[in-house]
Amino acid sequence: MDKSMKMRAQLKGNFTEVKVLMSHPMETGRRRNDADELVPAHFVQLLTATLNGKPVLQAQWGTGIAKNPYLTFRLKGAKLGDVVEVTWHDNLGETATHSIAVTQA
Amino acid sequence: MQRRSFLLGMLTMIALAPIKVWAALWNRPAFEALKIKDATQYLNVSEEIPSGDIVIVAPERAENGAVVQIEIRSNIQNTEAIAIFVENNPTPLIANFMFGDGAEPFVVTRIKMAETSDLKIVVKAGSQYFTNAKNITVLENGCG
Repeated sequence: MDKSMKMRAQLKGNFTEVKVLMSHPMETGRRRNDADELVPAHFVQLLTATLNGKPVLQAQWGTGIAKNPYLTFRLKGAKLGDVVEVTWHDNLGETATHSIAVTQA
Repeated sequence: MQRRSFLLGMLTMIALAPIKVWAALWNRPAFEALKIKDATQYLNVSEEIPSGDIVIVAPERAENGAVVQIEIRSNIQNTEAIAIFVENNPTPLIANFMFGDGAEPFVVTRIKMAETSDLKIVVKAGSQYFTNAKNITVLENGCG
């Protein structure tokens, strides 16, 4: 499975905008494939973001987040070069993590 | 303020916890609830106060329910969490975002909508819960 993540963290005046695009099928468990078989549920359940290792955001997700999840959030007090890290865990025990430094917008 | 530092402590614990603990943290009853009333109950939401300080940016009409981009911002002091529901989805609870001291109560994400429905937001601030909603017309459904 492709577990890649694209991330950008940009300082925009008094906040830092973090954009994240994750690769994940986000299967609801209700979809049928071409052979009319139910595709098992496979979705991200938990996501955390840290700033220089300090937790700043935690999310619990259901099956209603769209395929290849997209997320924007905003941090206060981050400086250029600070490190933002995002980690997800899904219902099958898979996980992915990605970090990036804050840059000027 | 004590509550916020407690929340932050929880976040630290969560970040350092092994995967099995992660799985236990997921609010299964709330996410598997088929009715929005049950989902909010499992999130321990008490009385909901309608509030225009919850700003919802979303399309009036969505061409494709498989991908509907929404932006939520809370202007309510001490916002700790933003929960997102789609009332007419098979399982209405979409997501619950919890914010630490370093994050603004703001989120943009893309959700699935099975049919035309209210998008309902519940904000937790201290022991109070605030709510706002916006109806979105879905032209082509997106729930597999």
